[in-house]
Amino acid sequence: MISELQQLEKDALAELAGAATEEQILAVKTKYLGRKGLLTGVLRNIALVPDAEKPIFGKRCNEVKEVLNGKIDSALCLQSTRKKEDILLKEKIDVTLPGRGVFCGRIHPIIQVRREICSIFASFGFSVVEGPEVELDYYNFEALNIPQDHPARDMQDTFYIEEDVVLRTHTSPVQIRTMEKMKPPVRILSPGRVYRPDSDISHTPMFHQVEGLLVDRGVTLGDLKGILTAFLRKVFGEKTILRFRPSFFPFTEPSAEVDIRCVMCSGRGCRVCKQSGWLEILGSGMVDPAVFRNVGYDPEIYTGFAFGLGVERIAMLKYGISDIRLFFENDIRFVRQF
Amino acid sequence: MLVSLKWLKDYVDVDLTAAELASALTMAGLEVEEIKIIKPAFSGVVVAKILSVKPHPSADKLSLCEVTDGSQTYPIVCGAKNIKAGDVVPLAKIGATIPGGYTIKSSVLRGEKSEGMLCSEAELEVGDDTSGIMQLPQSMVLGKALGEALDLDDTVLDIGITPNRSDCLSMIGIAREVAAITGKKLRIPQFNIRETGTDIKQVASVKIIDDDFCPRYTARMIGNVKIGPSPVWMKTRLEAVGLRSINNVVDVTNFVMLEMGQPLHSFDFRFLEEGRIVVRKSKPDEEFISLDGKSRKLSADTLLICDGVKPVAIAGIMGGLNSEVKDDTNIVFLESAYFNPSSIRSSARKLAMPTDAAFRFERGIDPEGVVRALDRAAFLIAELAGGSVYKNYIDEYPRQVLTAKDIPLRRTRVNEMLGTPVTGKDIVRILRSLGMDIKLAGKGKYYVTPPSSRVDITREIDLIEEIARIYGYDRIPVTLPNAALTEMAIVPRLDLEERMRQLLTGTGYTEVINYSFITPASVDYLCLKEHDDRRRLVHIKNPLAEDQSVMRTTMIFGLLNTLKKNANNGCFNLKIFEIGRVFLRMAEGKLPEERNVLAGLLSGAVSDDLWGAKSTSDFYDIKGCLANIFCDLKLNNCLYRSENSEPFLHPGKSCNIYLGNTKIGYAGEVHPDVRDKMDLKISSYVFEINLDILSGHISGAVNYKEISKYPAVTRDVAFVIDANVEADYMLDIVLRQREDLLENVGIFDIYAGKGLPEGKKSLGLRFSYRAPDKTLTDLDVNNVHEKIVRNTVQLTGAKIRGE
Repeated sequence: MISELQQLEKDALAELAGAATEEQILAVKTKYLGRKGLLTGVLRNIALVPDAEKPIFGKRCNEVKEVLNGKIDSALCLQSTRKKEDILLKEKIDVTLPGRGVFCGRIHPIIQVRREICSIFASFGFSVVEGPEVELDYYNFEALNIPQDHPARDMQDTFYIEEDVVLRTHTSPVQIRTMEKMKPPVRILSPGRVYRPDSDISHTPMFHQVEGLLVDRGVTLGDLKGILTAFLRKVFGEKTILRFRPSFFPFTEPSAEVDIRCVMCSGRGCRVCKQSGWLEILGSGMVDPAVFRNVGYDPEIYTGFAFGLGVERIAMLKYGISDIRLFFENDIRFVRQF
Repeated sequence: MLVSLKWLKDYVDVDLTAAELASALTMAGLEVEEIKIIKPAFSGVVVAKILSVKPHPSADKLSLCEVTDGSQTYPIVCGAKNIKAGDVVPLAKIGATIPGGYTIKSSVLRGEKSEGMLCSEAELEVGDDTSGIMQLPQSMVLGKALGEALDLDDTVLDIGITPNRSDCLSMIGIAREVAAITGKKLRIPQFNIRETGTDIKQVASVKIIDDDFCPRYTARMIGNVKIGPSPVWMKTRLEAVGLRSINNVVDVTNFVMLEMGQPLHSFDFRFLEEGRIVVRKSKPDEEFISLDGKSRKLSADTLLICDGVKPVAIAGIMGGLNSEVKDDTNIVFLESAYFNPSSIRSSARKLAMPTDAAFRFERGIDPEGVVRALDRAAFLIAELAGGSVYKNYIDEYPRQVLTAKDIPLRRTRVNEMLGTPVTGKDIVRILRSLGMDIKLAGKGKYYVTPPSSRVDITREIDLIEEIARIYGYDRIPVTLPNAALTEMAIVPRLDLEERMRQLLTGTGYTEVINYSFITPASVDYLCLKEHDDRRRLVHIKNPLAEDQSVMRTTMIFGLLNTLKKNANNGCFNLKIFEIGRVFLRMAEGKLPEERNVLAGLLSGAVSDDLWGAKSTSDFYDIKGCLANIFCDLKLNNCLYRSENSEPFLHPGKSCNIYLGNTKIGYAGEVHPDVRDKMDLKISSYVFEINLDILSGHISGAVNYKEISKYPAVTRDVAFVIDANVEADYMLDIVLRQREDLLENVGIFDIYAGKGLPEGKKSLGLRFSYRAPDKTLTDLDVNNVHEKIVRNTVQLTGAKIRGE
């Protein structure tokens, strides 16, 4: 009898494996487990089993029944899942079609770079201040130690509104306006538009500068090197190599031009760095005592440094842009890349 | 400033390579912008000697020469007449190249073989002489490459001299720097001037009338000069630094200017009437023909060098055609003077004559070097032009030019300024190497006198810079300032601008930056009325172009131009904004008013995708964008008034924007007329907001309300009203009844047309009621709702649709 039972289990499982539809599975269930099913039939014949074997036979019968029930249930479950999936698959869409919605606009690359510069200096405690773009000759030149008929005026061609009113050629006049209004310590940054009559692949008549000024007791040229080194490494990478070299600006002394190792050729010499291996990145220096006197600071008590940099220049190096005029053509295909 | 290394080595030994020297100069503040290698324009040309010259058997104009380069003899056919046996000449051998791209080949001329070519100066471009074969000194070694024999190879550094370093506009100035940097000794040229014959004071005189412009005028005379070409050493030096050789006298004045930094001028004495010089300012509208042959009208206060009758030079800028040195000049009157820097600068600018002389005078020359340069030039003219120097010299020096003496210097101050450990020894060594005189004035204190050529050094700080420069910026320690904490000042408008950028880019707008200057026609394009503020244009006196000649008074014109440019590129769907300033002219003597403005423009389709819904943007898209911004800024009192505000906007599709009673801007569709005038292909929507005003209204305060747990009940009503009644008017009437249970009212439908009388429209309002503390019953709602509807009908004369 036991062997009969085993054969029955084997047959049932084989049939179940061949059942492909819900109907066929249910047919197997009826055939074996139904009221008139084969297993039920075997159970009915328990009387024919010798008494000693009855408990074992009964146990086996239940085991077979449980196994078949379990297999049938899971087969049914699988079937219904497949059915649902079939329905969903019929709703399939083309996920490669473009998405829909409002796509973000872009912030102008010059403003993005200006932001980055300002936020680095903000982390050193520099506050942003502003000044007029149409400026008095006094603030743009005289107070910065650039008298009328001085050759230093050649360094910056100028747009004139009146004889004594100009479009500011740099954001440095903001230094003077700020120092006139407050006592040291001063730690300011003045970003903004500046103007010089010049137009070619590397000049536009309007461009952006960020000017910084720090005045306190005991500020040194070494401090200037420290702040600007930290700044440039944040912008161009921690491993940036830089050099400070003597230069001349009428409103600072000693003055320093700051160069970084060419980001294009790593110093081997290329078109961008004019084969020098270095890129001029900003001008700086210790505030000239004459400037302090113009604003009523005592240069024996206070020292300080100032620096100025062109935002376009940094943006061009960062993004590898070779023509500065692109920034102001506002071709949407250009601006959208940033 | 172009510096020939060969020339430089006359004054200082240089062990460094050109690249090393360039780098050392750059790091000392003399930025080398370019290193140029100068090579002769020929190759394969050697020093050779003519052994014999015979006439060509079948050509009268040619001769047959035998020429040796020391090791081999060549037959050469030559057309020149100035050769004879024994002459040392340049020989271009077979394979040599000479200027003009010619390569010398073996050839047969009228039956005679020629194995090379003898060359003239002009053929080799080492001189202008075309008359015959170049004659070389007998001492030259045969077979030597000509470039080497004539010492034509050179390296030239192009150095950017900052405006303060007038002393470095001379070879000796540069040599002094090189000596200081490299620790070598500076060699000042030594010479002995030999005076003979007449005393200059017996035949010439100088009178300075305007000594404020001309504090010092010195002169010498050289007689019996023979004007001719300069020797090769002089020519190659001048040409290496970009000057054309003219004649032996003019070349000397240029040479000494480049050597010592003192511009000089040479007159032909026979043209100086009455034999005297008068230095005076020009009279109004005086005219003068300068050396370049141009007639120039002089403005008053141009300093002139005159003879007894007429002007002969514009002082410090350019000589006159009437008194220049000519081929037959016999007596040279040589001028060396000190002119007031700012007067020269002012005149040179007015005349647009930025000459080499003016460039040096306006930066300040060495007031004590005037006579030395005069002597040096007189010596060289006598040397090169074979003349004799008159006895004595004129030195009119009515007004002392002060040079700095005994500038106090403190070592502590040096280190306080630089953050360095510079020692007293360092200070003395560095300043001495720059030619300064140092006296000790106590412990760590000095009195320093710079060379008189260093007119830029007058103060302690100037000396500190010199110390830093030569000590080396790279040796200054890198430190961070020891600064006290201070509170950062905040400009609220700048924060607002940043917020605007986030909101606008988040809504799909891209930022642009237009020039602040535009065309004056912009106000006409925008049809601004005669008394419109925005016609108060700020004009630029020297614009680069007419369409960049006034400061903008509105940003709309720039945005419309941006639209046009992009449309031309095929981009019609534009969402752009700009943040910047506009400028309005104020009363005379006042700076313009600068207003901070945000402006935006929208055109084309709402979204960029081609396959989905296509809808063209309209007024409500731009209004929605603004509403979103104001909502974020917690500004809930914005009003959009349909007053016909801007002449460049569509009168039916535009509005002014108010915060309470304050106008902050406008928005609307661009007027079709403006669109046509500017040749814009498509319609667009613009807005402009004054950020100065807006930022004053932002508190950021949040008006928090508890959220009700109970459900809302809605009721829809369609009111039939006159077509010109605005939605805001209806909503205002509803809201003004201030019913607590009315949580919200909004528009769900607008309809006009079939089923409604002509001139009427139906405005569907959805009322939403909710109580904070209970679920509302129909009865509760009906009581309030009916009251609101009744009042609204009464106040507006509306009819309920469907009743």
